[in-house]
Amino acid sequence: MHKLLLLGDEAIAQGAIDAGISGVYAYPGTPSTEITEYIQASKEATERKIRSSWSANEKTAMESAIGMSYAGKKSLVCMKHVGLNVAADAFVNSGITGANGGLVILSADDPSMHSSQNEQDSRFYGKFTMIPTLEPSTQQEAYDMTRYAFDISEKFETPILIRVTTRLAHSRAGVQRVEMKEQNELHLPSDLKQFILLPAIARKRYDLLLSKQSLFENDAAESGFNVLKKGKDNSLGIIACGIGYNYLTENHPIDTIPYSVLKIGQYPVPRKLMNELYETCDEILVLEEGYPILEELLRGMLNKGKPIHGRLDGTIPMAGELNPKKVALALKLDFEDGHETPDIVKGRPPKLCDGCSHTDTFTALNEVVKLYGPGRVFSDIGCYTLSALAPLESINSCVDMGASITMAIGAADAGMFPAIAAIGDSTFTHSGMTGLLDAVNTKSPITVIINDNATTGMTGGQDSSALGKVEDICRGVGVEEDHIRVIKPLHRFHDENMKVLQEELEYRGVSVVIARRECIQTLGRRMKIKAQLKRESESAN
Amino acid sequence: MKKDIILAGVGGQGILTIATVIGTAALVEGLQLKQAEVHGMSQRGGDVQSNLRISSEHIASDLIPEGKADLIISVEPMESLRYVNILNKKEGWIVTSMNPFVNIPNYPAIEDILKTIWEIPRNVTIDAEKVAKEQGSIKAANIVVLGAASPYLGLKYESLETAIKQIFAKKGEDMINLNLKALAAGKSYAVKRT
Repeated sequence: MHKLLLLGDEAIAQGAIDAGISGVYAYPGTPSTEITEYIQASKEATERKIRSSWSANEKTAMESAIGMSYAGKKSLVCMKHVGLNVAADAFVNSGITGANGGLVILSADDPSMHSSQNEQDSRFYGKFTMIPTLEPSTQQEAYDMTRYAFDISEKFETPILIRVTTRLAHSRAGVQRVEMKEQNELHLPSDLKQFILLPAIARKRYDLLLSKQSLFENDAAESGFNVLKKGKDNSLGIIACGIGYNYLTENHPIDTIPYSVLKIGQYPVPRKLMNELYETCDEILVLEEGYPILEELLRGMLNKGKPIHGRLDGTIPMAGELNPKKVALALKLDFEDGHETPDIVKGRPPKLCDGCSHTDTFTALNEVVKLYGPGRVFSDIGCYTLSALAPLESINSCVDMGASITMAIGAADAGMFPAIAAIGDSTFTHSGMTGLLDAVNTKSPITVIINDNATTGMTGGQDSSALGKVEDICRGVGVEEDHIRVIKPLHRFHDENMKVLQEELEYRGVSVVIARRECIQTLGRRMKIKAQLKRESESAN
Repeated sequence: MKKDIILAGVGGQGILTIATVIGTAALVEGLQLKQAEVHGMSQRGGDVQSNLRISSEHIASDLIPEGKADLIISVEPMESLRYVNILNKKEGWIVTSMNPFVNIPNYPAIEDILKTIWEIPRNVTIDAEKVAKEQGSIKAANIVVLGAASPYLGLKYESLETAIKQIFAKKGEDMINLNLKALAAGKSYAVKRT
């Protein structure tokens, strides 16, 4: 088979297809989205009937994947790093239940916060859940490790975490495929009580998980993903995790590097290899893309051993992703800078598209909010978060998926009136519905604006679980019919939209204003396809 | 052979098409390649860039080290300056469109931007929209810029042509020809100028 030119994300997707998965479960989130999109578009995946529709959120995705594993088939579940927080309850407990069919969780971290609200490191979750974690450094490794993850998931009957970061997820390189494996037949776990985490059973399952730890460590020593290459110069030993290894070898090609290098791609890291490096070198440099996890373990709380360099001692800055320059400086290499960036270069922050419905909604809202004073619009995660920036500057919060509604409840409880939540349709079904139920149950005097553009916009226009269901959901959780209002955010309806917003802000109970107009991007794409089909049918005639 | 290229522009301007053409041409020549893209939030009208590395040898990092890029190809003049810190001071070239994309209130005077670019040694500035229009459509402006950069890519010109034929195959003969003409026009402009 010839090499494919794949994004890291796509290499994972192809690896999972070739490993014989029967399903992928995911909620879109940068930088993980392209994995599921690749499987959705794959002909082979369609032929194999791999299910791949989007889930409502990461928790439902994770649980569905556990269910497929229970039933004996192989499943992949994908999310961005903060999505793993949403899925955490199911994820951590899946360590205890173990897996039947291969179960692989992919978490894509975003150090430097290119499209995220924090830079948390998913390797912590792997350690926390006590399951093997894989961290590829190249697109080829992403492919190979995904296949390997399914192998060891079934071998050890445990879920496996794969952790990637933005630069690998969104970078393209050649990938060599190998043969496709068969999908599993439906088969029950040998122990039908294994997934019942009643304390009596959970204790046994936990003991079993603990007893597997040494197997996990041995496997990490023998899989070939952790490699110690001895050097001639013992003044320094280098531990390079994931793509940290690429930045090291960019500066020092591996064939000529004078120091010993321990390349890390699988956790728990084998103590044997760590010890071998530690004993032979005077000082250690740790290169980790993310938090200083290994570095902290190695130096310990009291830091009384050999000098350990990395993020904790300031050799590398604590915040932000690694790059070749940071690693060159950590290695004390000469580094020739480029030109200075001239002052004439101005920032060009992302913004709402021309013709975006959110602009019209927030323009109207801004005018209404003026009557009550600033500081009362709690918002959420999506394109509309960009209304925080000039010229709109409409919102006052963006914390996590769904938090707009629940923060508005808290502020209303504290006496704020009116308190306003602004959330998107996909975010609403992800994590907003339960908050709305809270509001209804306590008759909280809040107004929830649901910006319904019929898609998951920020991640590129994936299907929204909310499509065609928003009013029914609001009715279903108990919002009064009279206070479910629909507006069409267009400039020509500005005055009447303001009037609706103001009426509902004045209401001392739960009100919902659905601002509904299709995303300008998905609309454009739809029109293009329509025109293409028309052209094709005309030329066929 | 090794070329490190920064592709720059504003979200939606088609820098990924340029990346795909160069990438495909590199594969035609049997070279290795790594290409880091920007997805997600920044794509919404913000500045975008792609790190494209092609080489006959193994490529380690997905990111080009600062001060090591051989070439900046930009479809927007101010954006070409945003990454000069990555450009090799001694040998690197800037090839950029002169057509500003103004979507911020404090966009500087275009004369000042061009003056700043011209002060950097080894630059090619091209009115890509005008050249593209002469070839049939303003839409091919990104391929005009690629044409202007073609002498500095270290790839055979025919490989770029082959790549364009492959990539635009689905869009029909007219699109292929438009882009081949745009590529040629960009190239001849750069060759005449230098």
